Amino acid sequence: MTAVAMTTETAGFPARLKDALAAAALTVLLCVPIVLLHAEADIDGVLHPIARPWPVAILAFLAFFGRLAVANFAEAGKKERVVKPTETSGWRAVVAKRLPGVGLAALFVYPMALLLILGSGRSLKWVDSYGIQILIYVMLGWGLNIVVGLAGLLDLGYVAFYAVGAYAYALLATTFGLSFWICLPLAGILAALWGVMLGFPVLRLRGDYLAIVTLAFGEIIRTILVNWVDFTGGGAGIASIPKITFFGLRFADTPHGFDKFFGMEYSPLHGKMFLYYVILCLALITNLVSIRLRRLPIGRAWEALREDEIACRSLGVNTTNTKLTAFALGAFFGGLAGSFFAVRQGFISPESFTFNESATILAIVVLGGMGSQIGVALAAVFLIGGFELLRELDFLRAVMSDGTGVVVICLGTFIFGVVRERRVAAQITLALIVAILALRFFSLLPVAIVSPFGMPGFDPAQYRGLLFGLAMVVMMVVRPRGFVSTRVPSIFLKERKAVSGDLVKEGHG
Amino acid sequence: MDNFLQQLINGLTLGSIYGLIAIGYTMVYGIIGMINFAHGDVFMLSAFIALLIFLVLSQVVGIASLPVAFVIVLIGGMILTSVWNWTIERIAYRPLRGSFRLAPLISAIGMSTFLSNFVQVVQGPRNKPVPPMFTNIIHVGGASHQIVLQYRQIVIVVVTAVLLAGFWWLVQKTALGRAQRACEQDSKMAALMGVDVDRTISITFVIGASLAAVAGTLYMMYYGVVNFADGFLPGVKAFTAAVLGGIGSIPGAVLGGLTIGLIEVFWAAYFSSDYKDVAAFSILAITLIFMPSGLLGRPEIEKV
Repeated sequence: MTAVAMTTETAGFPARLKDALAAAALTVLLCVPIVLLHAEADIDGVLHPIARPWPVAILAFLAFFGRLAVANFAEAGKKERVVKPTETSGWRAVVAKRLPGVGLAALFVYPMALLLILGSGRSLKWVDSYGIQILIYVMLGWGLNIVVGLAGLLDLGYVAFYAVGAYAYALLATTFGLSFWICLPLAGILAALWGVMLGFPVLRLRGDYLAIVTLAFGEIIRTILVNWVDFTGGGAGIASIPKITFFGLRFADTPHGFDKFFGMEYSPLHGKMFLYYVILCLALITNLVSIRLRRLPIGRAWEALREDEIACRSLGVNTTNTKLTAFALGAFFGGLAGSFFAVRQGFISPESFTFNESATILAIVVLGGMGSQIGVALAAVFLIGGFELLRELDFLRAVMSDGTGVVVICLGTFIFGVVRERRVAAQITLALIVAILALRFFSLLPVAIVSPFGMPGFDPAQYRGLLFGLAMVVMMVVRPRGFVSTRVPSIFLKERKAVSGDLVKEGHG
Repeated sequence: MDNFLQQLINGLTLGSIYGLIAIGYTMVYGIIGMINFAHGDVFMLSAFIALLIFLVLSQVVGIASLPVAFVIVLIGGMILTSVWNWTIERIAYRPLRGSFRLAPLISAIGMSTFLSNFVQVVQGPRNKPVPPMFTNIIHVGGASHQIVLQYRQIVIVVVTAVLLAGFWWLVQKTALGRAQRACEQDSKMAALMGVDVDRTISITFVIGASLAAVAGTLYMMYYGVVNFADGFLPGVKAFTAAVLGGIGSIPGAVLGGLTIGLIEVFWAAYFSSDYKDVAAFSILAITLIFMPSGLLGRPEIEKV
């Protein structure tokens, strides 16, 4: 039971080897039978165990050298470990300073630039499934960040407010024919009301209990949406939700549509671009409100509450009300995002509001660095956009399907495990990857060598949840403060200094 | 009346399974004060492990006797699931002692997402049907009544009872159990008295996992189908059971499990089966709000 999995002391070579062997043996033990055997149904639906030794061998190999690599990294990390003051010059600081401004400008220019470069037909996808999709998650991340990052309340049912917003718009629009612009604030207010209703009894609870109760609440809402068929349409959802309008002009190919009114030729891209700017503005409002509120007494009370609830109470902060405002505000923005989601999709069903969605939003907030606005936005871009992008890469699919990809991953791990110098290891790995991929690209690689490692029908989307979960664990273990771990204090003496997240007690703030 | 008795039997069966899972939640909470969010998924994983061992035994090894195969599946499942949970604790939770308040819970949520997706990737997203086991039934109370007692229900209740007795002995009478209880009361003091706290915590996870593995095997046998998403709902319900019984209290977890099983079954029988999950979730919320120490738990005192 001694040093097997996570020891970080510098150890001699034999000890390390033993450690790595133990890791490999443990991996084999874990993989028997869940990976080694695959329960495959035959035509009659009867299951048969099919043995798959290769994946187990690969995982054991990766565990062995991965463990060595972790030991190497830990050693290197120890050597470099000096408490670094937060840099005020150098490229990091420049990037950190310029990023928000440049990013903002890029976001506004993005659809126009696409239109110019790709033309109207091909840029549709980039505006829709990248731009709008990511921005929805940015907004949700920022909304949840008020609750989790600023007030320190772990909300596992955030998607419930998203659902309330979406159904509020869908029902108001299909039943009473109200326009999106009237429903949008209504949806937000309704969601906030739900937030208050739920929060009032619940917010007295301790942090982890609160998390579970919000999870339960999210599931209750979803179950009701599925089962109350008369009101919500049940599992079939609500279809043909009215589309968005521009001062009453519809984005459609009609004489009174947006395009004809302005004397342009009809293009579906115009509607999408409008949606893009709407969600961009909504997200920026969320951001602005949270940045501003942080400096008001209420925002300071949130952060103080997150750091130490008992101290707050003894200083006379009304903890329930303070938590309630954060909860309601987070719910409000969730509701806005939900109603935008409904107008964008034109169709909603309870399927879109499962716990997985809550977990994804939480992963964005956690990975971005709880409490950091820019970190959350970056995490949303990487996590949501990254996976969308991976799905597009046919080359990746091909490489993973015929086994080259697995070979490259194994070789990389091998090199990082064997070569103690990180820089050298990185260089060798990079060179090897380029060489192998080039060989593969020009079809010079003998297929017979790599084919056992093939993953036919590889789809990165399958691995999304797996990697999200793993990333959350690794993040908590390695870097609990998130990607962006510096914080700007909301109150300061003489000069404003960025504070490393390491100096903050609750790890985010 | 017949219907009532029938539902009572069904409820106790289901409640036994919840009780077994709930012990894992309650023990971990008792010792490190963390909600082991991934426990439901460990339970699901164990059901898959049991299924695979069973398939190998019946098709490759060719064991004809069902009870023998069943016992091997139970023991094999317990061992392998324990290894899993031990590893999870080592990788995802142990490095987080002393981290900020919500870190272990977030890590556990990540682990839960990882496990269910991992099983989906390696075993596929479809339901896995299991050949029916212990299909005999007994008509209780003669031909005039319509109460049916299935053999598998008897198996579930008997296995649960035997295991709980063994577990009770382990916690109350052995040195291991003493160490476990000591860490639960005050881990710092226990460490000063020579108890290896880390080891005790690991053992707690191992025990929790092996009970979850039994629950997983019984679940697979009872429902005849397993799916990668099966960890979530039973997990939350078992957690509800642990909370209802008083989190940290082991008899409370069993009592809570039986109560939740009964409530769920009766709710489905007399009100609406669509909303049976809502019933469980509402109990969770109501208990936490109005009776946070549960039926048998100690009230929590916050020290400054």
